[in-house]
Amino acid sequence: MNSKIVLRNIVLAGGVALSSTAWAATPSGEMLGATCAACHGTNGSSVGILPSLASTPASYFVDSMKGFKSGTRKATVMDRVAKGYSDEEIQLMGDFFEAQKVVPMKQKFESVKASQGKKLHDKYCEKCHEDGGRKPDEGGVLAGQSMIYLTFSMADFLSGDREMDKKMKRKVDELLEESDKAGIDALIHFYGSQQ
Amino acid sequence: MISRRNFIKLSGGAIAVGSLAACAGGLSGKGAGGKVVVIGGGTGGATAAKYLRMFDPTIEVTLIEANPTYHTCYMSNEVLSGERTMDSIAFGYDGLRQRGVRVVHDLVTGIDPIGRVVTTKGGDKFAYDRAIVSPGIDFKWAAIEGHSPEVANTIPHAWKAGSQTVLLRNQLTAMKDGGTVVIAPPSGAYRCPPGPYERASQIAHYLKKHKPKSKVLILDSGDKFAKQGLFMQGWKRMYGYGTDKSLIEWVSAAQGGKVEGVDAKNMRVQAAVESFKADVINIIPPQKAGKLAFDAGLTEGDWCPINKKTFESKIHPNIHVLGDASNAAGMPKSGYSANVQAKVCAMAVRDLLAGREPGFPSYQNTCYSIVGDDYGISVSVVYSFDEEKNQIIAVKGAGGVTPKEATLEDLRREMHYAHGWYANITNDIFG
Repeated sequence: MNSKIVLRNIVLAGGVALSSTAWAATPSGEMLGATCAACHGTNGSSVGILPSLASTPASYFVDSMKGFKSGTRKATVMDRVAKGYSDEEIQLMGDFFEAQKVVPMKQKFESVKASQGKKLHDKYCEKCHEDGGRKPDEGGVLAGQSMIYLTFSMADFLSGDREMDKKMKRKVDELLEESDKAGIDALIHFYGSQQ
Repeated sequence: MISRRNFIKLSGGAIAVGSLAACAGGLSGKGAGGKVVVIGGGTGGATAAKYLRMFDPTIEVTLIEANPTYHTCYMSNEVLSGERTMDSIAFGYDGLRQRGVRVVHDLVTGIDPIGRVVTTKGGDKFAYDRAIVSPGIDFKWAAIEGHSPEVANTIPHAWKAGSQTVLLRNQLTAMKDGGTVVIAPPSGAYRCPPGPYERASQIAHYLKKHKPKSKVLILDSGDKFAKQGLFMQGWKRMYGYGTDKSLIEWVSAAQGGKVEGVDAKNMRVQAAVESFKADVINIIPPQKAGKLAFDAGLTEGDWCPINKKTFESKIHPNIHVLGDASNAAGMPKSGYSANVQAKVCAMAVRDLLAGREPGFPSYQNTCYSIVGDDYGISVSVVYSFDEEKNQIIAVKGAGGVTPKEATLEDLRREMHYAHGWYANITNDIFG
């Protein structure tokens, strides 16, 4: 991970040196990130239904934006928005959001479901979404995200509208076998309970 | 009186001195410091005040706003339908105070652009290195015969939220079933282009539930409108649009819809061809920049010309104008636009105070409209800047409206996202 960041920065620095005019016409990550705040919250910490972007690893942010841009990831609005930014701008935004500390969302949850969800999380999800889903990883931060947004995301994964990687699909299948869709709901309450 | 040419020369001198002083200040501390006075605590002004403090806490920011509470115009259509309370669209300024903004509730009576001093009705004077003016809109009453600010006490515009919103809501709840609600959208550039049609939708939503024999009659000054295809699709699905039982009827300008006069006493509106009797009349008059913009000599025509990279006035240096009052075409006049413009401006002001060339801007606008239960639609555009032409330009190949073939699940999510947007933008402005 670290070596990847170093490598990317070297590549970026090289790109800047080669085209100073492009540099002059590129907004800063701070500028670009500020334009997202009306939907995703100040510095990327959402207080509404839309997902927080703060603390998201830049690599995950960039993958998501490129998926929206190419149409491989389904969206309502983000497909139209992502097409407005160059790969360089998307990288700058990703770096900006990665550097922001996420503030978990204050929201209502059911504590019975949350504790049930914690058990399911530990069993099926913790290996990749570490520290109860708090740790920024290849799937972004799950803990403290909007529960409505997580519900939409899981519905898309289950319907096939959004692709799960093989590891995730295997674990989700196992979880569904154990607890049906109520287990997904319990997981979402667990992530929502972390405030 | 100083001629404009002399005036610019004079204030040009003032800038040079000002920025030298700012540079000198910048040497002693980490930030550049400097005094910024923000006038107007709506979306543009409040966002600018907050972000200035976030970008550089050494900048002294004073926000002058007449009212202790601000009601957002966006989402006020949901108050009209009864889906939302007035309290839920009301915001105070404690969040900004906590960020170190000095908030003064007073009315600005004058700006001296040469001496760089703002004067208030309360008799206070505020010196500034740079001022940010965000006065919102005012109405061109004379465009509608028989209309005036006094008539608006019975024929509400409800285009500045607050008591006007309450008045229109009360008229709707008092109306008999079988009544007609006239909405007259304005001509020219105006605040929130899809707003009148979202309003028609929200009122129809209320009538469908409570007064199903009634209807909304849109008497329009134009022949097309924002998100038209999507609105009409929603109206067909939910409000019988196009049938003789439709809860919404739209009369375009070509069909004689343009409202030219109002008779408040007899509750009639005079359109281009015929006059219409109504039970509730909501005329949204044509608009221009807020009064202060005219008083301070910041306007050219109806709006304030600006450098679109910094939002600095093209007339008075060191004064920036944002939000609906500025001419920031091709962005629409919207809450999202004002919020983003305030950040572009705040960043430029920070850089200018530090004696740096402002960075390259980026702009975005997403406008959601809630057409009915579980039914949201949107338009979203990313903008860049053409420095040579001083133009804000939509990035090609991006942006656009909700696809017509969007599923009902997508439209339901857009409604949720509209509410999520509202929670985030208001927190981004006032929190």
